[in-house]
Amino acid sequence: MTEETKRLGIVTSGSLNKGVEVRLDSSASVEDMAVGRYVTIEGEKRRFFGMISDVNLGVIDQKLTVTPPDVSDPFTTEVLAGTSTYGTLHVSPYLTIGGDATSLIEGPQPVKTVPTHFSPVNLASDQDIELVFGSEDEKRFYIGTPLDMETKLCLNLPELVKRSNGIFGKSGTGKTFFTRLLLIGMLQKSKAVNLIFDMHSEYGWEGRNEEGQKVKALKQLFSSKVAVFTLDEENSRRRRVSTDFVVRIGYDEIEAEDMVLLRQTLNLTEPAVEAVYQMRRRFGRNWLQEVSELKDSDETRELLKELNIHESTFQNLQRGLATIRRLPFLEPHVPDNPVRHILEYLDQGINVVLEFGRYTDITAYILVANLLTRRIHNQYRERTEKAQGEDTAPPRPLVITIEEAHKFLNPEVATQTIFGVIAREMRKYNVTLLVIDQRPSGIDDEVMSQIGTKTTFFLDNNRDIDSVLAGISGKNELKSVLAKLASKQQALIFGHAVPMPVAFQPREYGSAASYKDFIPSEQAEKDIEELWE
Amino acid sequence: MGETQRVGEVIEASTTDFVAQCYELYQSPPLGSLVKTKDPDVELYGIVYNATTTSLEPGRRPIARGKDETTEEGIYQASPQLLKLLKSEFRAVVVGHRQGDTLHHYLPPKPARIHGFVYLCSPQEVKEFSQSFSFLNILINTRLPVSPEELIAASLRQMSEVYEDRRAFLVTAGKELAISLSGNFNQLKAILERIKA
Repeated sequence: MTEETKRLGIVTSGSLNKGVEVRLDSSASVEDMAVGRYVTIEGEKRRFFGMISDVNLGVIDQKLTVTPPDVSDPFTTEVLAGTSTYGTLHVSPYLTIGGDATSLIEGPQPVKTVPTHFSPVNLASDQDIELVFGSEDEKRFYIGTPLDMETKLCLNLPELVKRSNGIFGKSGTGKTFFTRLLLIGMLQKSKAVNLIFDMHSEYGWEGRNEEGQKVKALKQLFSSKVAVFTLDEENSRRRRVSTDFVVRIGYDEIEAEDMVLLRQTLNLTEPAVEAVYQMRRRFGRNWLQEVSELKDSDETRELLKELNIHESTFQNLQRGLATIRRLPFLEPHVPDNPVRHILEYLDQGINVVLEFGRYTDITAYILVANLLTRRIHNQYRERTEKAQGEDTAPPRPLVITIEEAHKFLNPEVATQTIFGVIAREMRKYNVTLLVIDQRPSGIDDEVMSQIGTKTTFFLDNNRDIDSVLAGISGKNELKSVLAKLASKQQALIFGHAVPMPVAFQPREYGSAASYKDFIPSEQAEKDIEELWE
Repeated sequence: MGETQRVGEVIEASTTDFVAQCYELYQSPPLGSLVKTKDPDVELYGIVYNATTTSLEPGRRPIARGKDETTEEGIYQASPQLLKLLKSEFRAVVVGHRQGDTLHHYLPPKPARIHGFVYLCSPQEVKEFSQSFSFLNILINTRLPVSPEELIAASLRQMSEVYEDRRAFLVTAGKELAISLSGNFNQLKAILERIKA
């Protein structure tokens, strides 16, 4: 590829905060440039890696804009191109690598200065990308290619799962496909296990693409490493999904904290939520059943008076509880504890996908996800503390995947839900989140700031964009990159696990060939082919 | 140095330019052509910027003689002495010099010598000289009776003749000018219009 060392121009001005201006050579056309592309700047003592964040047209003499030359004459145009009229690039430098041996070993470091005047600027080559992002190995997983390049972009997954992560983007931009990809990556290359709250039943067995064709999901590809749990047995059976466990939840497992989270979806008032705590204290574990079965009688009125609960509040609460009780997977008593089962699988290193089947109602999703996660969180916390005390191995890192994250992590409930707690501090207890959402602005700022690596697909709402990019250096530059992403299958990834932000196209997922890439061994290949037939 | 054509002899010289008289009337080299004159150690290069044909004696102006002649040639045939009473001169602005083997595109330490022979440069020399365009800067900045646009355009046209790819040469020269004349687009435009390939 001759483009590999293609010179673009020279640095003419700039600052560390705002990025550097690059004047294009006359041989490089502005039309070949694209926001989001990588360039290298050969400084005197060090090399810089940067991303094009803007492309401008410049003229040397303002008269040219007032009385433009005769553009029908190719000679004049050719002479003026690159001299009197020229293109400039705005490049945000992100990383630098020194020329001496020690810095070569250390690898790329964040920039703390800018290149000198007139340093030559080249398009980044495949080797440069590899130097920055590393090549595919036992830790790095190939997630896609940088825009306009052929290089494999790799992500260090053990590093990724050390923090909570987020995948954002409008609906239909490719979040689900990328999440599948990332889950496969984690499954293959990190020690972490995943618990996936699969609202639309698309990660476990199979999903569909926008054209309606079936796409294999985790269980089909890695049957020994994935267990599918379901809330809706009938639905799973109809879809011919081989499920490992049917989740049932007892009334007595629902705690007052769960109701707090459901306040919005159940339309509960503030006093009604307060009343829940009182009821819990009064009736103990079985409060839900007891309260919802209270009749309109003198005894009840007496009780309400005693607890100082207003009658309308009580009615509001009862309506809410009735909604919950209508959820078919809830039963008065469940002998088989789903949390224990999930943990058993997770301990064996088997990833658990919980399908919601027909219960895609947000109430069900929030309730179940919160309820299970809280218990798992408690277990993990205990185990980690125990491991610390006894100097034994801590539990296996766990990544919990949630969709519609803004429902769990919005500013009103983020401080109360378990997900808020996990996002803020659970890294210490080896639990992190993978948050998938289309309205990042709905997520609490504090939670957002704790998300390590963010992958964002196309977003067009300003508040969403601001919230995703909050706190990152070079925000304005990235904003222009983000705004120019294609509406499908192009994303920007930045944060903890990547040395510098990169706009990329996720690798192909969904064809027979793409499945083979995930499982290189021959035996597996055969399995896949059989499955495919 | 190949086929160099002698075109005259220096009769007046200064640091920045020299005047040469042609051996034959009306035989001055074209406007903008590259000429050279030698010195024992330095070879001076100049670009022809002006040519004149005047009476030998400053006080005696030629008078109209063709009233009874049918052709212009007839006038000279009828008065053959005319050719001896008139002289053709041309002026060249010094744009560089060669000292030893190196070619410099800046003014020489000393002006040309009187009676130095003046030669028209061979295509090879023109090619060699036009490898660098820094002489254009001298042309832009020297005050001459001809406008710099005319002179630059003429010299570039002349030089481009020796190149196979005339256009490429002119484009490169044009780009050089565009940088030098960055603050004066009108002047650049005037030159470009005159050298359009």
